[in-house]
Amino acid sequence: MRKMFKPLLPVVVAATTVVTFSASAVADWTPKKPVEMIIMAGTGGGADQIARLIQGLIEKKDLSPRPIIPINKAGGSGAEALRYIQDKAGDDHTVLVTLNSFYTTPVIQKELGVDVSKFTPIGRMAIDNFLLWVHSDDADITDLDSYVAAVKAAGIDWKVGGTGSGQEDSILTAMMEKEFGYEVTYIPFPGGGTVAKNLVGKHINSTVNNPAEQNEFYRAGNTKPLVQFTAERLPAYPDIPTAKELGVDIEYYMQRSLNGPPGMSAEAQAFYIDLFKQVFDSEEWQQFCVDDGLDCGEWSAGDDLAAFHEVQLKRHVELIEAVGAAAITGE
Amino acid sequence: MDTVLTLLGAGLLEALQPLNLVMIIIGCTIGLLVGAMPGLGSVNGVAILLPITFLVPPTAAIIFLAAIYYGAMYGGAISSITLGIPGASTAVATVFDGRPLAQQGKADKALTAAAVASFIGGTISVVLFTLFAPPLASFALKFGPPEEFALMLLAFATFIGLGGDDIPKTIFSILIGLVLATIGLDIISGKPRLIFGDISGFMHGINFLVLAIGIYGIGEMLWTLETSQGKVTVHKVQMSMRSLVNNLKEVKGYIGTTTLGSVLGYFVGTLPAAGATPASLMSYGLAKTFSKNPETFGKGNVAGVAAPEAANNAASTGSMLPMITLGIPGSPTTAILLGGMIIWGLRPGPLLFQEHPDFVWGLIGSLYIANFVTLIINLAFIPLFVKVLTMPFTILAPIIYILCLVGGYAPTQTMHDVWLMFLFGIVGYLLRKLNYPVAPAVLAIVLGPLAERSLRQSLLASHGDFTTFVTRPISGTCILIAVLLIAYPVYLKYKRRKKEALTESI
Repeated sequence: MRKMFKPLLPVVVAATTVVTFSASAVADWTPKKPVEMIIMAGTGGGADQIARLIQGLIEKKDLSPRPIIPINKAGGSGAEALRYIQDKAGDDHTVLVTLNSFYTTPVIQKELGVDVSKFTPIGRMAIDNFLLWVHSDDADITDLDSYVAAVKAAGIDWKVGGTGSGQEDSILTAMMEKEFGYEVTYIPFPGGGTVAKNLVGKHINSTVNNPAEQNEFYRAGNTKPLVQFTAERLPAYPDIPTAKELGVDIEYYMQRSLNGPPGMSAEAQAFYIDLFKQVFDSEEWQQFCVDDGLDCGEWSAGDDLAAFHEVQLKRHVELIEAVGAAAITGE
Repeated sequence: MDTVLTLLGAGLLEALQPLNLVMIIIGCTIGLLVGAMPGLGSVNGVAILLPITFLVPPTAAIIFLAAIYYGAMYGGAISSITLGIPGASTAVATVFDGRPLAQQGKADKALTAAAVASFIGGTISVVLFTLFAPPLASFALKFGPPEEFALMLLAFATFIGLGGDDIPKTIFSILIGLVLATIGLDIISGKPRLIFGDISGFMHGINFLVLAIGIYGIGEMLWTLETSQGKVTVHKVQMSMRSLVNNLKEVKGYIGTTTLGSVLGYFVGTLPAAGATPASLMSYGLAKTFSKNPETFGKGNVAGVAAPEAANNAASTGSMLPMITLGIPGSPTTAILLGGMIIWGLRPGPLLFQEHPDFVWGLIGSLYIANFVTLIINLAFIPLFVKVLTMPFTILAPIIYILCLVGGYAPTQTMHDVWLMFLFGIVGYLLRKLNYPVAPAVLAIVLGPLAERSLRQSLLASHGDFTTFVTRPISGTCILIAVLLIAYPVYLKYKRRKKEALTESI
């Protein structure tokens, strides 16, 4: 038995050495065990890519004495992750990477009993954007007008894919349904990566995926963007008009932030704010944002982020009321 | 074709660079050990070792991560066979026959079969990868929700024959598994289901490993306690060079099953969303269905170890394809590889093959090498692993209990799962006493959520029209094969009954 463990010894020694030399004690508090970084969506999507990049950057720059371990909890449009964090109240070793379902899922699913305003705000890493994508083979669809015409012709046979139901993709889809007066069939998938794959494989007709989820397929000529739902054209897509330019009043974006469970200790919160600020400021992170069409101009943390969440939460309640919860969940 | 071979040649040379070779050897060894620890899985292993990868160039780093991933696939079989606890979900099917073999004192045979089958699976799949990666990548794209559902149906069909003679009990077992699989949040609407009031632990669903460790680890232990009546038992295992050679010679007895499992595993692995666990279970089911003596499966048939092991290794290579070309990792561990790639500025997608051929082919080349390395390390370690079984049961049993506890706690780190694991252990023991097959329940809990999601997505898309499954060519074919697979054992049984009736009447 003793012999069996021997090969592990060098690993343990190596691990201990790493720990001793990397005590970057800016804050007094440091993690005592690996930190779970919960992702509200499946693998391969925007949130997942971000989480894994953050994990890697923290390791690469040796910013944390304990590793950060990304774990996907995609169930129920983020409900699984939200409930998990809520149940971890008071825990200092769990953080959540959010999508906008952070706001919408607790509103749509009241029985979940999750109140995100009680969560501990850490830092906002980026604002992500939405574009409307179709398959490149759809030669007839070249702009928003031809898109709307095609959807109206297809009726409910037009399939829009998105991440989960009752979250950002379905809200944006519902906003478009309301604006253009058509009705589509919305099909939820566990993550943006799977959505992209289903669009490329023509199992769905369109999606409102984030740039990071679609960019490689765009470069490969599989899919094409028609319109961006941003205030201004993104540097990565200079030729694609915004909805506003076309006279359509839809602007929607999504925060990518980190939050702790309710009742996280102030020391731990301070540690994580400092930790993620360092990631945010890194050259690699800023470059990722430029390449993948995210907006990383402004860092927001702690109480600022809480205030931002409050505004967003209110906006989403209004949005859900305007388009109707049923239109979003497809009931 | 020439270009592929040139690229692969360059890739192999790349993998044979001293630094890369060292990374492969270290990675495989670590992977083997991490994989052998129940519940630890390679997820934590890879995550904790990520810092080491920053000390070396990107290609070496990815090769290192891939080697750990690869070694862990082999390692999973070790605890499945020696202790009867599946180290990872991919190794559950290995328990079915691996554990009985170990109890008969043939652990060395089972371990050799696992190592050799893994090697064959890995090699076949890496060759398939080399030859057919681009066409398969476009084939994988043809798999929409209806095709995924048809594939899941196919997986269930391979298991119908698995429950032995009692078909009603098999169906009962599958249904129990399916009910357990629906616990937690509804995958489409997000509404909680079967959470027994508001027990938050159930929100996250039933962790598959918790069920498997409970049934196979704890349940098996209770069973052994009852049968041995606390008598101290020691398994006699002899290991020598000659027995190793003899074991290796036996390979030809299961080469067919292994090849079939490898090809199947590779194809299932290349489909995003499927992965190595369904592949290994399907391979086991097929091996039994087409075996000349299916009744020996589950009682210690070496082919029952070889089939799932070949498939899970083949699938782990296969799942590199959707990760590289689509950015969809097939497993939590490939997700870490994906993370590694993003950090080094390598964006997975259809262009990665063209824009970074050195990276892609270096990775594939490293898989060829990793295969040899793991085989050698594995064979060398077998005597050590077998030694574990020579311990008296009074010492071994507490160790197994502790490993089960750790394995049940580690994935989600909640006591809820530990209690659940004990519950499953007791239920598994009772089911076994009542002669219910538990393997179909295990299969159902793995495939249930995947099948449900794809079924509902398909029906959403077709507005509730079930013909969508038969009118689409790929899903139609899968369903046809599934129907034939279900009919085949039933037909065999009917024939056998008739024969028995005839002999009885005489």
